[in-house]
Amino acid sequence: MSDFPPGLGYAPTHEWARLDDDGHVTVGITDYAQEQLGDVVYVELPDPGQEVQAGGEAAVVESVKAASEIYAPVSGSVVAVNEALVDAPELVNGHPYSEGWFFRIAPAHPAQLEDLMDAESYERACREDEGASEDAGH
Amino acid sequence: MSRRTPLHAAHLAANATMTDFAGWAMPLRYGSQIEEHRFVRADAGMFDVSHMTIIDLRDTAEDGARAFLQRVMASDTARLAAPGTGLYGTLLNERGGIVDDVIAYRLTSGYRVVANAATRQRVLGWLARHAGGFAVRLRERGDLAMLAVQGPAARERFAAATGRGGAASLARFHALEESGWMMARTGYTGEDGLEVMLPAAAALPLWHSLEAAGVRPAGLGARDTLRLEAGLNLHGQDMDETTSPLESNLAWTVAWPRDFIGRAALQAQRERKPALRLKGLAYEGRGVLRHGMTVATDAGEGAVTSGGFSPSLGCSIALARLPAMAAGDAQVRMRGVWKPASIVKPPFLRNGARTFS
Repeated sequence: MSDFPPGLGYAPTHEWARLDDDGHVTVGITDYAQEQLGDVVYVELPDPGQEVQAGGEAAVVESVKAASEIYAPVSGSVVAVNEALVDAPELVNGHPYSEGWFFRIAPAHPAQLEDLMDAESYERACREDEGASEDAGH
Repeated sequence: MSRRTPLHAAHLAANATMTDFAGWAMPLRYGSQIEEHRFVRADAGMFDVSHMTIIDLRDTAEDGARAFLQRVMASDTARLAAPGTGLYGTLLNERGGIVDDVIAYRLTSGYRVVANAATRQRVLGWLARHAGGFAVRLRERGDLAMLAVQGPAARERFAAATGRGGAASLARFHALEESGWMMARTGYTGEDGLEVMLPAAAALPLWHSLEAAGVRPAGLGARDTLRLEAGLNLHGQDMDETTSPLESNLAWTVAWPRDFIGRAALQAQRERKPALRLKGLAYEGRGVLRHGMTVATDAGEGAVTSGGFSPSLGCSIALARLPAMAAGDAQVRMRGVWKPASIVKPPFLRNGARTFS
């Protein structure tokens, strides 16, 4: 069963965003997303200083199953990236909400965080998603 | 509603991620696909392959099954001289295209053909259509389950789990029939091991005894990366009814001095030399070669037919259909960017070691 911790913002494209004490936003992919992807084998991170747009492509994750784009949940500039993922991409599978984070953004419009789903809404969306794909499979 | 194998409940109990494969509900992985892959290379894993199509051929008059098999299989079926022998090969259509790849076994009485799950309808229909002039009866063995136990410790652990010691001393591509079971020293991983066909009701007890003997479940995901490392084709992806064995790295399976279906077309293709062949690709950069990617070579363009991340080699590998003369360096278009890859000869891995530099 996937983990949907409270206190994070969730994008429909399966990224989570957390507003940190310093005003930066940490971004990663959800537990549900990593379960769907299977073992992550490479992560392509943005460059520090890079400007990203809410909903725009910011990183790529390659798993045993497929290559997937990671979208920025909010607009702003990248202030840090998780270099540990370069040599240990499996952190994304093992610790999606902690050591498996992707990048940090200095948000241009912190209010964009309000547009994201809360844990409960996101969990509901995942369940509907799962139901739909099961139907398609039969 | 997908069809279920006799091991369905065991997969759910083991928390498998299930997937639909050719109309069957099959385990994709139980936990980490990469760990399952590595455990098969290091020790022994078990795969539920009960979705495979098993067809028995029996004589209705003397020599009927043998003559039929010789006609429909493009391999040297005369090698199936004694009960317990097995042979890999292809069933070809009149154009020399591959209807399926199969393993045929000589049984104590008749023959057994093990075909893919995805080609079931095609193969059953095609065999039935060509059986007309032969004294042969075809019977699909839907009553059997099939387990592949693969890895360096597979035979030893199977013998320990079942007490069926005869299976442990089988020669490669040989099989043993014993009280309704058939155990063959074959597989689809490039590892040593066995494929076991047995009555459906015996599958779950075998699964549990193998588990108790230290064999771990592995899913279709690991099966795919294991076969890719071993350079083994997947029908429907690396070859199909529009590609011949000569274009699919399977020329070695064709036994020419015989009259088999598709021979004339294949002979013509051999004389004019096929324009495309199936070759290997290795990519050492950060990214994964995937099915359908375009490949550019000095001799022209081609495409990746199967690609993936190789857990044993730590890089990406692929099978690709490329111009026959292509060799050395290639470029692969990966998400809009050309990346440098090398053309290499499969298998990518032999006896646990990398085969290319």
